Amino acid sequence: MKRRDFINLTGLGMGAMMIPGIPLMGHPVSEAALLEERLENAAKKQLADIALNAAKSKGATYTDVRIGRYLQQYLFTREKNVQNITNNESFGVGIRVIADGTWGFSATHDVTPEGIAKCAETAVAIAKANAKLQKEPVVLAPVKGFGEVSWQTPIKKNSFEIPVKEKTDLLLAANNVAMENGAKFINSALFLVNEQKYFASSDGSYIDQDIHRIWPTFTASAVDQAVGVFKTRDALSSPMGMGYEYMDGLASEKIEGPNGLIGYRNSYDIMEDAKLAALQVNEKLAAKSVEAGKYDLVLDPNHLGLTIHESVGHPLELDRVLGYEANYAGTSFATLDKWESGNFQYGSDLVNIVADKTQPNTLGAVAYDDEGVKCKEWDLIKDGILVNYQAIRDQAKIINEEESHGCCYADNWSSVQFQRMPNVSLKPGKDKLSVLDMIKDVEKGIYIVGRGSFSIDQQRYNFQFGGQLFYEIKNGEIVGMLNDVAYQSNTQEFWNSCVQICDKDDYRTFGSFFDGKGQPSQISAVSHGSSTTRFNGVNVINTGRRI
Amino acid sequence: MAVLTKEEAKQIIDKVLSYSEADEMSVNIYGGKTGNIRYARNTVNTSGESDELGLSITSVFGKKSGNTSINELDDDSLRKAVKRSEEIARLAPENPEYMPMLGPQEYEEAKTFSEATDAIDPDFRAQVAADSILPASDKNLTTAGYLEDFSGFSAMGNSKGMFGYYKSTSVDFSITVRTADGTGSGYAIKDFNDVSLLNSRQTTEVAMQKAAASVNAQAIEPGKYTVILEPTAASNLIGLLARSMDARSADEGRSFLSKKGGGNRVGEKLFDERVNIYSDPAHVDIPASPWGADGLPRQKTSWIENGVVKNMVYSRFWAEQQGKEPLPGPSGIIMEGGTQSLAEMIRNTDRGVLVTRFWYIRAVDPQTLLYTGLTRDGTFYIENGQIKFPVKNFRFNESPVIMLNNIEAMGKPERTGGNMIPPMKIRDFTFTSLSDAV
Repeated sequence: MKRRDFINLTGLGMGAMMIPGIPLMGHPVSEAALLEERLENAAKKQLADIALNAAKSKGATYTDVRIGRYLQQYLFTREKNVQNITNNESFGVGIRVIADGTWGFSATHDVTPEGIAKCAETAVAIAKANAKLQKEPVVLAPVKGFGEVSWQTPIKKNSFEIPVKEKTDLLLAANNVAMENGAKFINSALFLVNEQKYFASSDGSYIDQDIHRIWPTFTASAVDQAVGVFKTRDALSSPMGMGYEYMDGLASEKIEGPNGLIGYRNSYDIMEDAKLAALQVNEKLAAKSVEAGKYDLVLDPNHLGLTIHESVGHPLELDRVLGYEANYAGTSFATLDKWESGNFQYGSDLVNIVADKTQPNTLGAVAYDDEGVKCKEWDLIKDGILVNYQAIRDQAKIINEEESHGCCYADNWSSVQFQRMPNVSLKPGKDKLSVLDMIKDVEKGIYIVGRGSFSIDQQRYNFQFGGQLFYEIKNGEIVGMLNDVAYQSNTQEFWNSCVQICDKDDYRTFGSFFDGKGQPSQISAVSHGSSTTRFNGVNVINTGRRI
Repeated sequence: MAVLTKEEAKQIIDKVLSYSEADEMSVNIYGGKTGNIRYARNTVNTSGESDELGLSITSVFGKKSGNTSINELDDDSLRKAVKRSEEIARLAPENPEYMPMLGPQEYEEAKTFSEATDAIDPDFRAQVAADSILPASDKNLTTAGYLEDFSGFSAMGNSKGMFGYYKSTSVDFSITVRTADGTGSGYAIKDFNDVSLLNSRQTTEVAMQKAAASVNAQAIEPGKYTVILEPTAASNLIGLLARSMDARSADEGRSFLSKKGGGNRVGEKLFDERVNIYSDPAHVDIPASPWGADGLPRQKTSWIENGVVKNMVYSRFWAEQQGKEPLPGPSGIIMEGGTQSLAEMIRNTDRGVLVTRFWYIRAVDPQTLLYTGLTRDGTFYIENGQIKFPVKNFRFNESPVIMLNNIEAMGKPERTGGNMIPPMKIRDFTFTSLSDAV
């Protein structure tokens, strides 16, 4: 276990970003220390072998060892000031074993031959102690050993090699352009993560992976103090599995949308987005309040990703379905009998949803998961029918699979790995269709862009989502902006109301950088791709109140 | 040893301060042990225990600060850490909002430590799991539960002569019980500093009763209902209100406490006059750490008095800007209530909905403090003073500000989630849709 700190975003003026707290693991270090190498692979292999042998000699029938170095650099600014910079490093080893048919786990920051051997022995002792309460022995889907292999996020620029000053200067410049264009306040942040993970197992794998993630974001605010009203508009960036090249703002990666909106694919222009945010947040101040009722919704990928995450990603986690998360996140409506029937209509026949850990530039992309399984893509929903779940090695047999899906993850060396959501994405439509063409056919609708408020029940039936920008559509045209919009629906009803999906030219990924699950809670990062999609007759409520 | 005595901590802090070349330096030492056990499907999934001892240093030159931390407390490691924090500080950008460190402060003695909690061991945790799993499985019910305990200390000191030390313990226990067919679910949660107050078997019993009683829930139309919120449900929403009392956000015009035309709403009556919310680090049921942000002493503070906003949280920077006294935020709040028990409140209700807890609560509109979320694990229809039948869960869209203007009655406050909150009867609580979730 570890000491976890939480950066309170409310204190940094970023409470409106709807993130309860930003978890930090490990200890503060200097910027330069983030670039130092801690251990060479040859040394890691030697240490891993010590653990494998120590566990085996104590009676383990399976062992995996994760020597991990987890680096985080977070930068926070508001208006003209740099508020906070954190450089964090967490380094240690986690050892998981099966002994007497039962899992045992132990972790230590003492990465020495003695420390690792002791840790392996503790893991075996815990497994044997817990075996008394075990009902059925753990059975792992087979995995072949891969020998010594490595993989790295294919970055062009290592974010940690870019001087901090260059990064804070960019955030301050974006703040400045927002202020010049009418934002009253702006808070901006850059989250950078590098996971250096060495995995070894008694199956004969020695896997070295170097994973990078980036998330630039901001909240621009406008205030009409005379009337006593304020509005915010968050960045339309997406967290990515990329290096600092994501900040290049390449024109070739921009998708022009209606009303001057810009969608960003694999490259983000923070200066442009900050300017647009300032203009749009002021437009929000004067926008009319929505009339509650049924609307056809046109959902931008930067919005729809979160709906996919909550209403498809989480309910299809097999551990939830089985009841392992009952005391915290809950269970799932997508029970095994629905899957076994082979005809559970999760969505309309346009809906094809895939899980993967391989799509380039995504948060989930790795070559091997945290139990040494080679990653892949698989179908979750095919032509609207529920066809599969997300399963790891000790769950595969429950759904008659020969192999794990490769979606096991731990957020730190000191956390035990468990089933986590892979990327879960909606496939684009096959026929050529632009957003403007989609809007042309909508008589009474709302076009929603950006991530807003989100809430869903513990079995993932009933949900409510807000957004950043809401445009009223009347008779095929956008007629203006709306305020106080949230839509409520039921997962199956919603996905069955899907009537049109734009083609691959509109496809982009949304991301969740700090997705929480488990007790004690662990985070993970995951992407969700989609093209703009239309849902008919969705219930929209008005969230305006007077206090 | 992960827990240092006051004298040991002071000695190390003084040593670290003696190595400093910075304009200002502060040192924090923290340590302790934490353990947990998690179970689901009537079997233990994970359990563990760990010790930690750490020291963090903040060095400051002018308005530039640098922070580092270490786990080794030998002289050589401490000297290196001081040097590193000074290097980081020299390279850091200037923070125009930096406030000089505080000098010596008077802190009340913390009442946060319990020997019984400190003595929790793996056998105790396994017994807690067994006390849930065995009675539930006897009745063909399925449990999922989690216990986490902590015992440790915190010490801090700085180059201006400030020093503080306290020990604390905590234990958190939550239990979900479901019927075998998945049509009923019940929940109970308890948290204490002193584990001898925890009766996990009794807590499990409550969740078991709720699971059995919530089978075959009926759907009733969403709309405005009189609700009786158990303390956990009430705390879910009142806690959010208590965390939204920052003066700077209000003065900047981006809070529900912003005043039209500028400034904030301190002194205005925004709630029913029976609403009294305060914090008190010495409160016997929810003792808190003696200091808040920057080492400011926590004192008994009234936040809402007779429905009037009495105080708001001022950081030291914002207090100086506004010519006010700095005031740290509360760690836990106490809401005064009445003397009625939950059972009496139900007996005195003609028609209403009893809510065990809320789930997945998210802000919808910070302007009005509007939140959405759902009822979960025990929602019942009340008629003529009796619980008539379980009802399907509801989604709500409601603001605690509106809720605290619609109070019908309040019962005896209980500790939940680190707060003391009464069960509350609220009229016109807004349920906007139904959920099939159990």
